[in-house]
Amino acid sequence: MSDSPAEPAAFAFTAESAEQARAFIARYPIGRQQSAVMPLLDLAQRQEGWVSRAAIEAIADMLGMAPIQVEEVATFYTMYNRRPVGRFHVQICTNLPCMLRGSDAVLDSVRETLGIGIGETTADGLFTLSEAECLGACVNAPVIQINDDYYEDLDAASTRAVLEALGRGETPKTGSQTGRQTSCPAGGPTTLTSPAAATERA
Amino acid sequence: MLRDRDRIFTNLYGFHDWRLKGAQARGDWSGTRELLAKGRDWVIEEMKSSGLRGRGGAGFPTGVKWSFMPKVEGERPHYLVINADEGEPGTCKDRDIIRHEPHKLVEGALIAGFAIGARVGYIYIRGEFVAEAQNLQAAIDEARAAGLIGPNACGSGWPFELYVHRGAGAYICGEESALIESLEGKKGQPRLKPPFPAGVGLYGCPTTVNNVESIAVAPTILRRGGAWFAALGRPKNSGTKVFCISGHVNNPCNVEEEMGIPLRELIETHAGGVRGGWDNLLAVIPGGSSVPVLTKDICDTVLMDFDSLRDVRSGLGTAAVIVMDKSTDIVRAIARLSKFYAHESCGQCTPCREGTGWLARIMARMVTGDAEPHEIERLDQLTRQIEGHTICALGDAAAWPIQGLIRAFRPELERRIAERQSRGRAA
Repeated sequence: MSDSPAEPAAFAFTAESAEQARAFIARYPIGRQQSAVMPLLDLAQRQEGWVSRAAIEAIADMLGMAPIQVEEVATFYTMYNRRPVGRFHVQICTNLPCMLRGSDAVLDSVRETLGIGIGETTADGLFTLSEAECLGACVNAPVIQINDDYYEDLDAASTRAVLEALGRGETPKTGSQTGRQTSCPAGGPTTLTSPAAATERA
Repeated sequence: MLRDRDRIFTNLYGFHDWRLKGAQARGDWSGTRELLAKGRDWVIEEMKSSGLRGRGGAGFPTGVKWSFMPKVEGERPHYLVINADEGEPGTCKDRDIIRHEPHKLVEGALIAGFAIGARVGYIYIRGEFVAEAQNLQAAIDEARAAGLIGPNACGSGWPFELYVHRGAGAYICGEESALIESLEGKKGQPRLKPPFPAGVGLYGCPTTVNNVESIAVAPTILRRGGAWFAALGRPKNSGTKVFCISGHVNNPCNVEEEMGIPLRELIETHAGGVRGGWDNLLAVIPGGSSVPVLTKDICDTVLMDFDSLRDVRSGLGTAAVIVMDKSTDIVRAIARLSKFYAHESCGQCTPCREGTGWLARIMARMVTGDAEPHEIERLDQLTRQIEGHTICALGDAAAWPIQGLIRAFRPELERRIAERQSRGRAA
């Protein structure tokens, strides 16, 4: 990947995205449309795969902001990609709770399966690998986020299986890869086990 | 152990329907209009009497916080902001509330908004929680379609609109004033306090910022009475709490338990115990990455609440219990947290911007022992030059885990340095 990506000359929201953008702006008080800069950056990224300079200028224009103000936001927050990424953006959490549950092995598995390191994209443009900070699913560690989806309770083998399935164009099951129910203890709940327990006794 | 009938989050794991119909069957949105009819002062007094302390980490009494808002709306509208920017390493409780109990959050938002005089609320949810934000939006849409929120919420005459605002991957936005800046469309850099948000918050208007869990427990507290909640746990540490148990346990999980439950009981009852048995325990970080680590001797007896953990020089924080058994490289574990804080420093205050990177670099050398013995002291001093010298608590959060490491595991740091130096001499 070159240091500066090829910047498109222009950006425009699709009709659908433009309508969504107007709905976002309407969530904030009149005169406070700057609040919509984050949802609009996200919209642009969903449309183009990354946030280009042209997108920043278009958003600045829509919200009455200076382009540098939008640029500041786009560079402050890690989720906005200021350069293109692969079709699947693989973000591996290596923070402590994941580390304790084996994220080293998961990272090795990603590297071996994809043949890339952190910050790199596969030659076919399919996968980009990033290191993420805590993804907030620590009792289901280790965790990888790929685009919008979480894959949890991973080990080296299940990590490889998820990546290979994506590579084949399949849609692997998201969430826990060991089959347990969300954050419930493996083997079943230790609380709320009686049939009526689900009803609040007000 | 907490009785099932005293659990608030009866769909914590998502075994049941999280949508409006399922939520109502579990008691959500039951008699909300009658609760509001009792008036703002009653709501705030009941919350105060419950003893609920904020579940986002700082533990400030929620009812008292609500009472700080101006009693009468002036020219500036009031805002409710709900902090769903969950990102403290070890913490994943709000995620479960948002995806499996979103109606508790929406109902709580209405009640809190009513109590503080806010007609509009924003829920700031971390950007990575895409599916969670979708459930939340669906719950808001259902509630609005059913007239539970909107121009005449629950037929109470109080108008209340609630919006989701997605973050984009900045831990610092969990700090309330950084969150407000972010919500205004800026970089998430904390503001100086005072003024506090209750005076000057979102758009310069009176604002209350509460954690997801604090808001989501409010409806049940009001339905069952502040006294019910206050009777659980210990004085000044009342109620129930969602604990996140991660790391070296047999069954990592989230679980709602009574405040003040012994740490050992919490781990052994719900998480299947420490991997290899209790005696294989090395240490526990009891409240998310920002609080100091506890050694096993303290873990043997400590109770899980604000004051008990403060008394052992740690903290309840977000009640995210990170368990480490004897196989753990404790220096590497804390060094990983140092790297996290260096990554997440917003760069505004020099002691934090420069200090967190410096700490991370020294800690990386401590992992391999590539340091001089006197650098342990320097590391400790450095943490103290960051602590208390920054606008927000991120600097403190970066300092405390290292202080805890030096306090509890200094011999291990010294051993690594000596081992490295003797290897150097041999070579």
